[in-house]
Amino acid sequence: MMTNIGSRLTQGQFSFLPDLTDVQITAQINYALERGWAIGIEYTDDPHPRNTYWEMYGNPMFDLKDPAGILKEINDCRKAFPRHYIRVTAFDATRGWETPRMSYIVNRPAVEPGFMLMREERDGRSIRYTVRSYATEKPESERY
Amino acid sequence: MSSPSPLPSDSGARVDAPASIDLAAILREARVTDALEQLDRELVGLIPVKTRLREIAAFLAVEKARSGLGMVSGAPSLHMSFTGNPGTGKTTVAQRIAEILHRLGFVRKGHLISVTRDDLVGQYIGHTAPKTKEVLKRAMGGVLFIDEAYYLYRPENERDYGQEAIEILLQVMENQRDDLVVILAGYKDRMDTFFRSNPGFSSRIAHHIDFPDYSADELGQIAEGMLQRMQYHFDAAAKQAFDEYIKRRQSLPHFANARSIRNALDRARLRQASRLCRIAGKVDAEALSTITGEDIRASRVFAESSRSD
Repeated sequence: MMTNIGSRLTQGQFSFLPDLTDVQITAQINYALERGWAIGIEYTDDPHPRNTYWEMYGNPMFDLKDPAGILKEINDCRKAFPRHYIRVTAFDATRGWETPRMSYIVNRPAVEPGFMLMREERDGRSIRYTVRSYATEKPESERY
Repeated sequence: MSSPSPLPSDSGARVDAPASIDLAAILREARVTDALEQLDRELVGLIPVKTRLREIAAFLAVEKARSGLGMVSGAPSLHMSFTGNPGTGKTTVAQRIAEILHRLGFVRKGHLISVTRDDLVGQYIGHTAPKTKEVLKRAMGGVLFIDEAYYLYRPENERDYGQEAIEILLQVMENQRDDLVVILAGYKDRMDTFFRSNPGFSSRIAHHIDFPDYSADELGQIAEGMLQRMQYHFDAAAKQAFDEYIKRRQSLPHFANARSIRNALDRARLRQASRLCRIAGKVDAEALSTITGEDIRASRVFAESSRSD
């Protein structure tokens, strides 16, 4: 996961595939809408795998019938954050699930530097590992 | 691109396009004829409206055939405005249109979102745009029906947020014509004023449809249809009384066509119920479903006019 295959972040669904086209995104949104899942659009410039809570772009979208409105929202988000990661999540509110059922990236920065493996020497000869994104070395507005 | 030759970008269209397409088959496949006939059956009168609907349905079928033959077919603008007096069936027709457009494949889902000013315009600065966009998002793939649209524009208050909603609507009506159809509805005179002060709206709406008032005969038919659906019927005296009622009611103020008829029938059912309970004792299905002349003639309309006579 940390090896930055092909200089691409691999998180969520379809992340080993080429970027989804708008038609493909529409089809995925349709799938979620048919099952009554609420769709949210989120963005971030901190791609650390443990960064679970991305910023929401607008409110989560309930009660929609057609993907056109969501696609418009995605494109608005791309316009506002052209060099951020943007993902689409579909939340299933059914009792027992109550969790995102889909999550995939729809926008990514042109250059993704990947992650560095950090080693910390502890007592004795033990070592702790962690990763950090090269991108987050810079302040928030200057990443990517 | 303006010549009606096969689209060059559409690879294979030149080879695969059939030489002719059966229009009747398109209509049959989309079951449009069914929808139109159902409209004829269930909605009394409204001849100009039905004619226009037929034209639109025919036009959409032709557009479909044209694109089937690889000819240029720009997405037609289907935004409409319905003007007419209260109770002339604007909402009912809007629902049918959503269905017809869906069957012809011009809207993807065919649902109808019915909104008024409250749903579009916010209460404070910055509240309107998200609210309007939210509604538009919900209406995508279907029909957005804005009832009493003229309330969106309040000329007496230049800082009214309605203007913002109008601007967003116009933008979406223009840019996302394939994604949704907007139908504005309202009373004739006020809609005319509204369109005069917002020329952008008027020019973006291809179909201005005027709903005529119903004649007394048509109202009678509507009443019988309503009763039938509720499993009631008039007896002979009631039929006569109701025809008279319609004539009197039409001349009174606040007459709202079919809506007034429905209210009158509701009150008649109320009186029928209290009459039956007064008599008490055993009743059969016939008694429970019959509305008599007495139930109709107890109406305020008869009382007032006899006093004034």
